Amino acid sequence: MLTIHNLSSDLLPNIDSLEVLPGQCLAIHGESGSGKTLLLRAIADLDPNHANIELNHQSRDAMSADEWRNKVIYLPAESFWWSDQVLAHFNQRLQPETLGLSSEISNWQVSRLSTGEKQRLALLRALDREPSVLLMDETTANLDQENTLRVEKLIAKKCAEGLGVIWVSHDPQQRQRIADKSYRIDPTGLRED
Amino acid sequence: MDLVSLSIFDLSLAAFLVILLGLLSWHLQLGITQSLYIAAARSAIQLTLLGLVLKQLFNQVSIPLVTLISFIMLIVAGYEVMARQQRRFRGWWSLGIGTSSMFLSSFSITVLAMFAIIQVDPWYTPQYLIPLLGMLLGNTMSGIAIALNNLTSMAYDQKGVIEARLMLGDSWQTAINHLRRNALKSGLIPIINAMTTAGIVSLPGMMTGQILAGSPPMEAAKYQLMILFLIAAGTGLGSVTAVWFGSRRLFDDRQRLRLDRLKSTE
Repeated sequence: MLTIHNLSSDLLPNIDSLEVLPGQCLAIHGESGSGKTLLLRAIADLDPNHANIELNHQSRDAMSADEWRNKVIYLPAESFWWSDQVLAHFNQRLQPETLGLSSEISNWQVSRLSTGEKQRLALLRALDREPSVLLMDETTANLDQENTLRVEKLIAKKCAEGLGVIWVSHDPQQRQRIADKSYRIDPTGLRED
Repeated sequence: MDLVSLSIFDLSLAAFLVILLGLLSWHLQLGITQSLYIAAARSAIQLTLLGLVLKQLFNQVSIPLVTLISFIMLIVAGYEVMARQQRRFRGWWSLGIGTSSMFLSSFSITVLAMFAIIQVDPWYTPQYLIPLLGMLLGNTMSGIAIALNNLTSMAYDQKGVIEARLMLGDSWQTAINHLRRNALKSGLIPIINAMTTAGIVSLPGMMTGQILAGSPPMEAAKYQLMILFLIAAGTGLGSVTAVWFGSRRLFDDRQRLRLDRLKSTE
């Protein structure tokens, strides 16, 4: 369970309280520039921020930053790759078929991948680290309907296994399909729809 | 062998060539004519002053004076490293990282060379120590400036890649490791090239000067070799230190990449 209290940073509205139970999927939306991305980055501790955040009753400040980010993974809208080989980015065996990717993809060069393939592989790469909470930022923005549904199905399956998700999505229908709770962010803070 | 003393006329002739180069670069609109003349004038003033200072310094072997001169040289070299950074650290860090890395590398290697290799008495005899330190500072300065510049500009360009690793729970060391290696390599390449071509393509400046001033070529070669080895060690040690401090400073205590600690100088 991820609990957030009194989150504040320079560029964000104050967030009084937010809670993600294991297996729960929260959706967040808001106008562009309202701080959706910055909120997710702050939770993952990628930008300076103050907050009382706990994961399974363990305080974020009591954990080293890399340990925290290994459990609470932020998946950005644009993916970056540090090696030429797809395979080098994964610790465990890759199962690309679940997202409609070629079973040979782990042997491919990253430069060969399309934006949509990178997007889906980045999701698999994040899940490969077995996080407790996944912070998703417009993960299906570049995907067609079929692959969007595949991603949603995979996330639903992971949620059933106990993964907590905060999903930033601008698509109201998607939010209805995936979310247990939906929030709107604006300059005054976070409000449940 | 007698020393062929250079007259003012001889030097003016060489300076005239620099003026011609300046005219050429002005004609080609390279936009560096002014900096070329300023640099040439600086070198003339600085070296003349150095000649005067060294003449005095060599006559009196005093620790405080040698220390003072050494630290002035160090600070100036530190400023030079800072000035060569496209993206430098804010505050005192930019000057501090360069200066402390050169202090650790150049000073320690000079002292080692004076004690263990040259073995003059006393070990701080300025006639040996000051030129040796100057040679080391000048060369480690280039290596450190290149390595640091490479590190910070690559970190800026590859923000996405570094953060991608941080987001997946990698430590800051893992996330910056490939940049560190590249930065170190870039700092060491000039001295590796210098050693590779020494004596075949290029006759190093110090050896040329010694031979022109009348030393036997074999003695000049031995000194040049020692200098090259010391420079290689000094540049390596200095670059490692600078890249370590620099990459540490790019991250805060929560291992966040903090590019806001850099400022662009353009």
